Amino acid sequence: MRKQQGIFNNIDWVIVGIYLVMVLLGWMNIYSAAYNPDHASIFDFSQRYGKQMLWIGIAFLIAILALIIEGDFFSGIAYIFYGITILLLLAVLVLGKKVNGARAWIDIGGFSLQPAEFAKFATCLAISKYLSAVEFKIKDIKSVAPIGALILLPVVLIMLQPDVGSDLVFASFVFVLYREGLPGGFLLYGFLAAVLFVFTLIIDKVDLICALMSLCFLSYLILKKDIDTTIYFTLLTIVSSVICLYFLNHTITIFLSNTIGKYITIDSPDILVYLAFFSMLYMMINVLINRIPKDTWLFLAPLAIAIVMVFSVNYAFSHMQQHQQDRINILLGKKSDPKGTEFNIIQSKIAIGSGGVFGKGYLEGTQTRAKFVPEQSTDFIFCTVGEEWGFVGSLIVIALFLVLLIRIIHVAERQRSVFTRVYGYGVASILFFHLAINVGMAIGLAPVIGIPLPFFSYGGSSLWSFTILLFVFVKLDAYRFQVLR
Amino acid sequence: MNNKFAERKYVIQAIFIAIGVLFLFRLFYLQIIDEDLKIAAMNNTTRPITEYAKRGVIYDRKGNPLVFNQVAYDLNVDLKEIKNIDTTELCSLIAISKEQFIDKMRKLSYADPSFQKQISPETYAALQEKLYKFPGFYLQKRTIRKYPKPIAAHVLGYVGEVSDNLIKKNPYYKSGDYIGTLGIEKYYENDLRGQKGVKKMLVNRFNRIIGSYKEGVYDTAAVDGLPLMTTLDAELQEYGEKLMQNKKGSIVAIEPSTGEILVLVSSPTYDPNLLVGRKLSETYTALSLDENKPLINRATLGQYPPGSTFKLINGLIGLQEGAITPETRFGCNRGYTVGNFHMGCHAHFSPLDLREAVQHSCNAYFAATFRASIDKGSESTETRFNKWRDYVVSFGLGSRLPSDYLNQETGYVPTVKYYDKYHGKGYWKSLTIVSLAIGQGEMSVTPLQLANMTAAIANRGYYVTPHLVKMVNDKPIDNPEFHRVRKIPIDSANFEVIIDGMYNVVESGTAAGGKLKNIPFCGKTGTAQNPHGDDHSIFIAFAPKDHPKIAIAVIVENAGFGATYAVPVASLLIEKYLTDTITRPQMEEKLINANLLKSKNTGEKTAGNFQ
Repeated sequence: MRKQQGIFNNIDWVIVGIYLVMVLLGWMNIYSAAYNPDHASIFDFSQRYGKQMLWIGIAFLIAILALIIEGDFFSGIAYIFYGITILLLLAVLVLGKKVNGARAWIDIGGFSLQPAEFAKFATCLAISKYLSAVEFKIKDIKSVAPIGALILLPVVLIMLQPDVGSDLVFASFVFVLYREGLPGGFLLYGFLAAVLFVFTLIIDKVDLICALMSLCFLSYLILKKDIDTTIYFTLLTIVSSVICLYFLNHTITIFLSNTIGKYITIDSPDILVYLAFFSMLYMMINVLINRIPKDTWLFLAPLAIAIVMVFSVNYAFSHMQQHQQDRINILLGKKSDPKGTEFNIIQSKIAIGSGGVFGKGYLEGTQTRAKFVPEQSTDFIFCTVGEEWGFVGSLIVIALFLVLLIRIIHVAERQRSVFTRVYGYGVASILFFHLAINVGMAIGLAPVIGIPLPFFSYGGSSLWSFTILLFVFVKLDAYRFQVLR
Repeated sequence: MNNKFAERKYVIQAIFIAIGVLFLFRLFYLQIIDEDLKIAAMNNTTRPITEYAKRGVIYDRKGNPLVFNQVAYDLNVDLKEIKNIDTTELCSLIAISKEQFIDKMRKLSYADPSFQKQISPETYAALQEKLYKFPGFYLQKRTIRKYPKPIAAHVLGYVGEVSDNLIKKNPYYKSGDYIGTLGIEKYYENDLRGQKGVKKMLVNRFNRIIGSYKEGVYDTAAVDGLPLMTTLDAELQEYGEKLMQNKKGSIVAIEPSTGEILVLVSSPTYDPNLLVGRKLSETYTALSLDENKPLINRATLGQYPPGSTFKLINGLIGLQEGAITPETRFGCNRGYTVGNFHMGCHAHFSPLDLREAVQHSCNAYFAATFRASIDKGSESTETRFNKWRDYVVSFGLGSRLPSDYLNQETGYVPTVKYYDKYHGKGYWKSLTIVSLAIGQGEMSVTPLQLANMTAAIANRGYYVTPHLVKMVNDKPIDNPEFHRVRKIPIDSANFEVIIDGMYNVVESGTAAGGKLKNIPFCGKTGTAQNPHGDDHSIFIAFAPKDHPKIAIAVIVENAGFGATYAVPVASLLIEKYLTDTITRPQMEEKLINANLLKSKNTGEKTAGNFQ
């Protein structure tokens, strides 16, 4: 155990260095994005770049403060801070001012604060605190329930504002839980669910369900490792389907419309419907003949869940607000509206795409200068990077983030303290989610969800909350030698 | 320590890196592969603003402006910006009804944003102050033509909006551009129009201009059109138009040595200021419906039999071909009679020599001369006729003159083929076509051709293609045609004989009424038979007799015998041009007041008397 000598002792200079570079790059890009020729000085406090300098100054103070505070202070204060944040989230619902349809901001002594930004930090601390005491086991309700509650409480409160962007970030804790023992299947099924979610929005639900049934049948046959049966039943399914489609389709259509057609409107069945029907039919026959009902459920249960999900997503989507439906539809290419909702994303892509290899040069971005991209100093700050610094600049920024994330995980893994490790994973996951959604949105890979790019986007609340998030981790890491466990 | 799951850090790191790499692939595609986005960026941020060039000013030969430009403002609409405007207020400002407003809005497009063309200065002043209330509406500066004096409408032509057809053919023109549509404005369009400029302006996402693009390196400045100096004498032109008012007809005056057209009057005419900008189509329709057809340039489109003026040419051909000599005399007993054929003539002494025949315009003399020319020697009638025709055509008759006024008719000089078809091959001879001797029958000329013919006589055997523009941008016009001397294959001595006769015409012949005290001038009257009504009065003249400065042809439609109207018109113009004074105000006044147009009320003519 070493004696603590100064606040900068043992701190991880890689993380701090990247942080400083990012904050300065962010400031430069805000200057370009918000450039006002009447107030050309970067220090002009009437402009966003001048204000951002102030926010950066305060952020540095916060960072130093985080380094000064004793390392065990954060673990001790975790629940209290969480509680305060929850109170703020409640307060904002009552006292908050409505901006862009969301009650997300609260005025405290002249400053506007966004409690949701701090809720991420507070929740991260609280989870770390809890997991440092209790081992996470998926089958143990005592470990699952409090974690779920810690995450869901702020999620629900933020949803009431509503602020979808901030809420989505809480999904990043799945990485933390995975590291701490959440079965990998959750990650896999989560991924599959996301894929199914997207397909549900793109493909007609009847087609999708039929395809799922056929897929289920095929994987059932393949996993039985009986090649003859597989080929036999696959051929049988296809032949039966083709026969029905080409020779009996008319008869079947009439039959259907005379029977169930009285209750629901049905189209003439297509090849997918027949494939699904015969898949299920032969699967049942096979089960009855070979009497192996046990493993059949392994295929039928996910199928049932998938079908339920298809219907519920469809239902949820149709009950979403119009602008949210639009954003998703545009992202999926189902809808085009270049002057309306799609405008932001098109302009963003144009700005980034026009950058080329080396960009147009600092302060030379025509799209940036002409303010084509809305919210360019906040949510779309990456456009400035893409346009003025080109592919090389974008690569450097993304590389900086990846190096930072990997460094955080590396540093997290060297901790003896579970609290610090869990916290470190929380920091990495939150930063990663912001990066993924923010940049993904700017380049047209994610729906338009307004969340800031850490350290780059304009705004005090987000910069401070990311600074606190990161520097508490830096402090905890520097403090690691004083921790026994 | 919970390090059971430490291996999972690789999975998490792999996911982070995978997303990062996915983003880089996407960025590579957007920034390096996809060219469309770069083009979109360019289109996105720039808007071309057209700067219209000032059209060249047109001057007369003394430097007086005939046409210049005046600033006008079009009220245009940018459809992208228009929103929430007080329609009622706007309608009252520009004095239109709500229905008109709706109609105009419906016709708007991005290609043609003009809402109201050439708003008046008063409206402009009122509108400019309140324009901020009407987002999307803006004023576009244009220049339109302004004519200080309402003269030379036909010569100058007019400027109209470019047609869709031409926009397709010539990419220079865009919808709403102006183009010279007739006359000098059309022929010299490329000199006059200048070059439109384009300013690339940086616009923001609301399409609002926020500055110039790249400090204007891609801008092109508008280049003003070149000034033209015409050959017209504005004062003389104005005087000619005044003399011709309320009469149908035309005057063409040429400076013989240069072919420069001094006067080109077609009457009735119109005020060119009426065919400007917004009023154009409305006025044009009204003018084209006018029964007196003021839009037709009679000086170049009117085709008349040359009548007795053509006797001069026949005299010249007869002399050159040796069919007659100046001393040859032919008898005339009130006409020319061969067998059953009779061509009438008026009372005069007989027999006459060539000079006297010109002086008294004897039909019989020139019938005999014509026949002598055609029948001379042993060649066939066709060969002789073709030779005769070559002489006639060498005066610029029978085809369009290669002038800078495009809207010409050809006139007609009959051909062998024509007569073969009309009479049958070999079934016609000199007597059959003898009406050509006195400029009647199938033959026709335009007043411009007639004036050019007169210039050729004045020059004693050559002419320069008559033209309307002498200087472009203060440099002499470089069209070689306008510097080329076109020779007539007739000796100048022969011209002197005819000119002596023409001198006598004015001194004591058919045009004695137009005689001028101090200016010896030569002329020839003519009467063009008109099967549709009263004959047309024709007079050609040049002055002074030696070193002529002006050659002139005057045609007054339905005015009867040549001397009645055409002679005083030519005489007054010659006097004015050469002496800059008018010594016969009575003659002038009578002419000006004479009204030969059919009065709409009575259908009667109110003719003056000039006997």
